[in-house]
Amino acid sequence: MTAISLIPPGLPLVLGALLLPLCTARLRALLVLGLPLLVIALVWQLPAGAVLTLDFLGYELAPLSDSKLGRLFATVFAIMAFAGGLFGLNHMRVAELSAALLSAGCAISIAFAGDLVTLLVFWEGLALASTLLVWSARTTQSRDAGLRYLVLHLFGGVLLLAGIIGHVAATGSVAFTAMTLDSPAHWMILAGFLINAGAPPLSAWLPDAYPEASPGGMVALSAFTTKTAVFVLLTGFPGADILIAFGLYMVFYGIVYALLENDMRRILAYSIVNQVGFMIVGIGIGTELSLNGAAAHAFTHIIYKALLLMSAGSVLYMTGKRKCTDLGGLFQSMPLTAVCGIIGALAISSFPLTSGFISKSMISQAAADQHLAMVWFLLVAASAGVFLHAGIKFPWFVFFQKDSGLRPPDPPLNMRLAMILFAFLCIALGVWPAPLYDMLPYPVDYVPYTYAHVVTMLQLLLFSGLAFFIMLPYLKRTLTITLDWDWFYRSLGPRLLGQAARVLDRWHAHRRIDALRHIGNFIGTLFLYHGPQGILARTWATGSMVLWVVILLGIYLVAYYI
Amino acid sequence: MKQHWLVRPGSIRLLWIVFLGILALTVLAGLLMHPHAAFGIDGSFGFYAWFGFASCIAMIVVAKLLAIVLKRKDSYYDGD
Repeated sequence: MTAISLIPPGLPLVLGALLLPLCTARLRALLVLGLPLLVIALVWQLPAGAVLTLDFLGYELAPLSDSKLGRLFATVFAIMAFAGGLFGLNHMRVAELSAALLSAGCAISIAFAGDLVTLLVFWEGLALASTLLVWSARTTQSRDAGLRYLVLHLFGGVLLLAGIIGHVAATGSVAFTAMTLDSPAHWMILAGFLINAGAPPLSAWLPDAYPEASPGGMVALSAFTTKTAVFVLLTGFPGADILIAFGLYMVFYGIVYALLENDMRRILAYSIVNQVGFMIVGIGIGTELSLNGAAAHAFTHIIYKALLLMSAGSVLYMTGKRKCTDLGGLFQSMPLTAVCGIIGALAISSFPLTSGFISKSMISQAAADQHLAMVWFLLVAASAGVFLHAGIKFPWFVFFQKDSGLRPPDPPLNMRLAMILFAFLCIALGVWPAPLYDMLPYPVDYVPYTYAHVVTMLQLLLFSGLAFFIMLPYLKRTLTITLDWDWFYRSLGPRLLGQAARVLDRWHAHRRIDALRHIGNFIGTLFLYHGPQGILARTWATGSMVLWVVILLGIYLVAYYI
Repeated sequence: MKQHWLVRPGSIRLLWIVFLGILALTVLAGLLMHPHAAFGIDGSFGFYAWFGFASCIAMIVVAKLLAIVLKRKDSYYDGD
C-alpha cells in the first residue's frame, strides 16, 4: 500500500477552499474544476475497506474509512462540485466559490467518516460553509435567511453533539456504525440528522434559505446538506420504522407546498424535501432493495435537481426575475435552457430512459415486496404528484404558459456546458444504469426495464399530466406564500417575545419609580441627621465634649468594678 | 410578429389530439401486460391511469384547501 492511497479524499477540497482567495482568476478556475476530478481519482484508488486511524484523547478516530456507500456518495458529491463550479465560474464571488468547495469537501469527508467526532467536525463545517453560500448573495433577504439557517443548523449540531456524548459515555466507542433507537442519546443523534434532511417540523429552513442564494449558490447548496443527511441515516439508522412516517410526510409536504408556490426556485426547493422524503422512506423500509434504492435515488437526484436548478438559475441570471407570475414564454429565446430544464423535469418525474426511472422505482418495489400496502399506494400517488409539482409545473410556468414578452438569450458558455453535462448524465444513467447499480452497497437483483414497468409508469405520468392541464385554472399563480412551521419562530415567537418585553418594561418602570422613591426617602433621612443642621453633624463645644468623655470613663470604671 | 408554432391555437388543438391519442395508447398497452399485482387492485385494467389522475386531483384539492388557511401575501414576512 503506497502512501498516496490513504489521503482523505475530502482534504484537497477543504485546503483548496482556503487557497482559492489567494489565487489569480486563471488558477482559481483550474482549482475549481481540477480539484473535484482529483477527488474522484483519490476515491477510486483507495484500497477496498481502507481505514486510516488516529489516536485522539484516548479515542480511536477514523477520518478515512472506506465503504461502498461512502464511495458512491463521495463520487456524486465530487461530480456535483465539478459541474457546480463550472456553472458558477462566471458569476459566483470568490468567497462563494470557496464556500462551495468547502461544503463539497465537508460532505465528502462525512462520506468517509468512520467515527462520530470526525462526522461532527465536518457536519459543523458544512453548516458554516452553507451559511456562507446563502450570505454570498449579499441581499437583506439572504442575510436574514442565512442567519435563520445558521441558528437552526447550529441547534441541530448541538443535538447531534449531545447525542454523541451520550452514546460515547454509554458505549465507550466513537465508531460510527448502525444504531438502534434504544436511548435518548440515539434519539438526539437521529434528530440532529433529520434536521439536516429537512424533516418535519423543521423543514422550512430549506425553501426559506436556498432560494435566497445566487444562481450558482443554490445549485451548490442543493446537493450537500440534505444528501449527507441521507448518507448518515443510511449508515446510522437503516430500517428504523419511524423514518417511513417522516419520509411520507416530507413527500406530500413537498408536493402540496410546491403546488401553491410562485417563486420558481422555491418550487424546486420544496421538491428537494419531496425527493429526500422518498429516500427516507427507503431507509425506513430497510431491506437491501430499499436501501439500494435510497442510495441510487440520492445519486440520480443530486444530478437532476442540480440540472433543474441550473436551468432556473440561468433564467434568474438572464432575467433577474424569479416569480412564475413574471415569467413565461422563455422557450422561444432560451431553447437550450428550456430543453435542459425539461430533461431534468422528466428525470425527477422518473420517465422511462431517464435516471429517476431506474432509481425511485426500487423504493416502491421494496414497499410492495414487504407488503406495506399503505406505503406503496402513497408512494405511487406521490410519484404522480412529483410530475405534477416539478415535472410539469416548473417548465410550464417558466418556459411556456402566457408570453411574458421577455426574450433573453441562453446564458454564457460555462453555464450552458454545465447544463449539457448534467442533461447528458440524466439520460445516460437512465439508458445505462449498470455502472450505478455496480456502485450500490448491496448486490442488485432489479430489472427496471420490464414491459409492465414502462407501461404502468407512462400511464401514471401521462394521466397526471392530463390532470395538470384540466386543473390548470386552479393552479394559476398568485403573489402569495404559504405559511409553514417556521411561522412559529419567524412570527409568533418574536411577537410573544415583544409582548413579554413590553410587559417587563412596564413592570420595570413601576419598580423604578418605587426604587427612586425609596432612595429619595433614604437620602432625606440621612440629610435629616447628618446634614448641615442634622443633630449628628452639629458643631459641639469642646467643654461639652470633655464632659461626655468624663461621663463615659466614669461609667466604664464603675462597670469594671462590678 | 409571427407567432411561434407552439403557441398558435391550431397547433395547440393538434397537440391535445396527439396527447389524448397517446393516453389511449398507454391504457390499451396495458392489455398486453401480464397482471402481477402485489395488492390485487393494482393489477386491474387501467389502474395506474385512473389512480394517477385521481391522486393528482386529490392533491390539488388538498393544496387549495390548505391555502385557504395558510395563504398570505408574499410580503408577509417583509416587516421582520
